[in-house]
Amino acid sequence: MSDSYYNPKDLKKFEDVGEFGPELAEKFFDYYGAVFEEGALSAREKALIALAVSHTVQCPYCIDAYTTESLEKGASEEQMMEAVHVASAIRGGSSLVHGVQMMNKTKDLSM
Amino acid sequence: MIKSLKTLSHDLSDPAYQLDVLNNYSESLRQQPKFKEKLEEVDLYPLRPTGIEIFQINVGYMCNMTCKHCHVDAGPDRDEVMTKETLEHCLEALRNSDISTVDLTGGAPEMNPHFRWFVEQVSDLGKEIIVRSNLTILTTAPKYQELPEFFAEHDVEVTCSLPFYNKSRTDRQRGEGTYDRSIEALKKLNEIGYGIEGSGLELNLVYNPTGAFLPGSQESLEKEFKRQLDRKHGIRFNNLFTITNLPISRYLNFLLESDNLDEYMDRLITSFNPSAAKGVMCRNTISVGWDGTLYDCDFNQMLEMPVEEEAPQHISEWNEAKLNGREIKINQHCFGCTAGAGSSCGGTTT
Ligand code: SF4
Ligand code: SF4
Repeated sequence: MSDSYYNPKDLKKFEDVGEFGPELAEKFFDYYGAVFEEGALSAREKALIALAVSHTVQCPYCIDAYTTESLEKGASEEQMMEAVHVASAIRGGSSLVHGVQMMNKTKDLSM
Repeated sequence: MIKSLKTLSHDLSDPAYQLDVLNNYSESLRQQPKFKEKLEEVDLYPLRPTGIEIFQINVGYMCNMTCKHCHVDAGPDRDEVMTKETLEHCLEALRNSDISTVDLTGGAPEMNPHFRWFVEQVSDLGKEIIVRSNLTILTTAPKYQELPEFFAEHDVEVTCSLPFYNKSRTDRQRGEGTYDRSIEALKKLNEIGYGIEGSGLELNLVYNPTGAFLPGSQESLEKEFKRQLDRKHGIRFNNLFTITNLPISRYLNFLLESDNLDEYMDRLITSFNPSAAKGVMCRNTISVGWDGTLYDCDFNQMLEMPVEEEAPQHISEWNEAKLNGREIKINQHCFGCTAGAGSSCGGTTT
């Protein structure tokens, strides 16, 4: 049995999830591949978005994978950090904007 | 000043040790498939030339820089420099050959004392000339500052290293101040027409990853470099060539010191691409070492693996037919040429 929840080596086994359900895995990986292709957004921009989202979902596998991916696609450290700040701002902002709901409710309840 | 592995008498300055590391350093490396097996799988073994088109001469390991990733282990402390006699042998070989392109590399090729004379001679033979310049050399002594005009006069293609479009990553790989000096040299080259549409003077950049990762798409990186360099400095260039770092010499040292070797080799090997294997540059290139020894490529040169014994070993024994029939020597470092879109001195190979 594994003695920790995350093992860096498991990242390479991602595609093995097909073992317990090949059809859905195949559909997923086809879709996944298509999403990251060069399109209206460049592959580098998509890698940076994925990097930001990885920080939002706090997935260590994704963070490792999309740090490498961003470097390979030619993103600079500054761009990568800005992407993480975008994630952080949305995350923080999404908490803070609910403050309005708190204020509304408070006002409803208050004399 | 940073010293070469050779001056430091580092273990990795021994090519036999480098090959041993690549094959046996860890359990993971021992278990990896061999390059030979991968070629067999795609019917490319034994690997043979398709015909020599590029004559690459390493005119010496002396360089004004000591980059961290250098596969040559070049530096100011290296004194191996091609003599005029050996350069004459090269000219003799070229005179009797249809080879179209002469590619000058080093070290800093400009530092060979016979450099200008040799370029003039090759130019008189009507061959295309590529000079692999590190850019910074063009900002040093006056005799080097005059080179851009000299290059233009002889229609030399200038292919130069710029690992990234910003200062921090460029300087981390190539030394403090490199980025600013490279930009200064690029501006100078642009000024006299290099990289400018319609001038006929070709200026190419070489990108190589500044760490333990592979190059991304050449096309997309070229676009990004063009955008960034134009926006920040108004610099123009023709093509960007992406080159994968081969796990030898100082780059191998970096991989070992940063504990990235197993992972990097695994990336290279799992990214083996049969069409890249078909297009490896040793199939259309011959590499001449500073002492005239013949090699399949500049990497084999650094690993002291000369062309197979049945073929001529030295430029003075030049025999193109025999060289075209040779079997190319391979080892685990070759996986650097076959990963992803492939890698050669002219960028991707697929
Ligand atoms: S990479 Fe090029 S510029 Fe840097 S030390 Fe090696 S030969 Fe010189
Ligand atoms: S390292 Fe040299 S011999 Fe090996 S594949 Fe690359 S070019 Fe050919």
